[in-house]
Amino acid sequence: MKRTAAILIANPLSAFGVLLIAAVVLGAVFADFIAPFPEHRGAVVDFANFNRAPGWPYIFGTDLVGRDLFSRILYAYRISLLLGVVVLAIAVPIGVTIGLFAGYLGGWAEYVLMRITDVFLSIPPLVLAMSMMGLLEPTLTNGMLAVTAMWWPWYTRLVYNLTRGEKEEGYVLAAEIIGASRLHVIFREILPNCVPSILTKMTLDLGFVILIASSLSFLGLGVQPPTPDLGSMVADGAKYLPDSWWLTVFPGLAILVAVFGFNLLGDALREILGVDQ
Amino acid sequence: MSPVTRLILKRLGMSLIVLVGVSMLIFTIARVIPGDPARIALGPNATAEQVEALRQRLHLDEPLPVQYGYFIRDLAQGDLGISLYTNRPVTADIAQFLPATLELIFVAGAMMILIGLPLGVISARYRGTWVDNAVRVASLLGVSAPSFVWAVILMLLFAFFLPLFPIAGRIADSYAIPHVTGFLFIDTLLAGNLAAFSNAAWHIVLPAFALALSGIGQAARLTRSNMVETYDRPFIEMAQSYGFPERRIANRYAFRPSMIPSLTIIGLDFAAMLGNAFLVEAVFAWPGLSRYGVAVILRKDLNAIVGTVLIISAMFLIVNIIVDLVIAFINPRIRLSQRAAA
Repeated sequence: MKRTAAILIANPLSAFGVLLIAAVVLGAVFADFIAPFPEHRGAVVDFANFNRAPGWPYIFGTDLVGRDLFSRILYAYRISLLLGVVVLAIAVPIGVTIGLFAGYLGGWAEYVLMRITDVFLSIPPLVLAMSMMGLLEPTLTNGMLAVTAMWWPWYTRLVYNLTRGEKEEGYVLAAEIIGASRLHVIFREILPNCVPSILTKMTLDLGFVILIASSLSFLGLGVQPPTPDLGSMVADGAKYLPDSWWLTVFPGLAILVAVFGFNLLGDALREILGVDQ
Repeated sequence: MSPVTRLILKRLGMSLIVLVGVSMLIFTIARVIPGDPARIALGPNATAEQVEALRQRLHLDEPLPVQYGYFIRDLAQGDLGISLYTNRPVTADIAQFLPATLELIFVAGAMMILIGLPLGVISARYRGTWVDNAVRVASLLGVSAPSFVWAVILMLLFAFFLPLFPIAGRIADSYAIPHVTGFLFIDTLLAGNLAAFSNAAWHIVLPAFALALSGIGQAARLTRSNMVETYDRPFIEMAQSYGFPERRIANRYAFRPSMIPSLTIIGLDFAAMLGNAFLVEAVFAWPGLSRYGVAVILRKDLNAIVGTVLIISAMFLIVNIIVDLVIAFINPRIRLSQRAAA
């Protein structure tokens, strides 16, 4: 705890990351209380105030049907964070388990599992998610499914490499000699030593899942209107550049802030947990 | 057989296995989805007989492994089927749109290497100073936004507010360049039209930079962190105690061992760019694979989707083989031993 505080103080950038993420998460969770126009998250129209430049009370301006952009961005964060958490909650256990088995068992299991992982890794992530989204119906659940399908192999690769290193260590050998089962060695001996790397990657990835999900919806293959979504907000606004610049700039910066925050946080965590890059 | 030849053969074989896996995966995804592609292709007004006839013609009524067999047989003859969206062979469609996308990716890749690596080297050489901090924050920012956000911001700043670059497209309409390769940089030179060449170059700057930004950031970050680690090694201390100039130590002794992980990440970023090009193309109205890809995906055009994904994955595997080979040539531990090839 002391060390954590020391690192955060010594590195103002890490502290800044903590602040950014705190702001994003609190803004999303308490959107109902913070958003000046909570009803604007849905299909509301207010033509009296459409396409307003940033000012009071619309600090980020309004969109083409008069909805407050700031309120919509807060609600969009809610969806993005939810998507990030759900995707990682499914992808990480799958990826980690496969990586542990492939790395520890070796032989045929390793060959088959790692080639399957290679298959997923050799389709550019966005292309794989796009194809899946296009073929399924574009809903939030399918969006999560598509992003999960492209995300687990990265954890397989990470844990596979860690496991191959760990299984040569003395403590693994010791456990094997006293007759511990394979499952015990894999999950009770090796896995705990992979946790710092996995946690660091998960923090970084929360940002990158948000980034990929926004890319999908930017192409029209993600969450559908009227649900607020950062990617589709940028796409809709891009048609009205440069005059209504706020329609694209603020949702775009909102993505940048969240991903940048998680990156800073991940870097800080890497330092605190002593993980190699 | 020399170790490098063996490495090449081994990587080719492995890539072929992976490519077969990719084709199975994408084929399965494309066939198990709900909805009848024949019905979608013919529209709601077609009769049941017409739909049935098309189903038979496309072999949609046969079991999945048999369909896959037909697909592989056609693929071996360079036939990816007919796109139900354009009514042309998928290979013809891809051949038409791919060069524009590749040109964009090559320029972005060059920017990634020529800007990203030197930034990382500078950052590591001046580690702990304000230069280092500025580069670190800048490269982290580069990684932290999707390329379509950078595309929109760059377009707003350098095409609208400061009209330095064109807003959209590949080349001004006034230039009529005969289509030879589809790569404008090559076609304009073949036509001997230097004005058209520079016009095309002027058009590609913003989209390529938007596409390259996250790769530049990643390459700079990785190069820096590896070099900083290398700086702690005894051979650097020895070079310093010999009194070698800092520049030489940075460029030769500290950078060399850090180059290999950097190259690996550059290979991966190349793959990401094959996907991200879709986003940048959409912003800059770049006439590449993006509009086609999104259109066929929205129309559930199975042949076109399978073909596009397969071609993109094949290009990704080729890039990675090239990266592996470059690494093998610059890393004596691989070049001179075959154990490391495993």
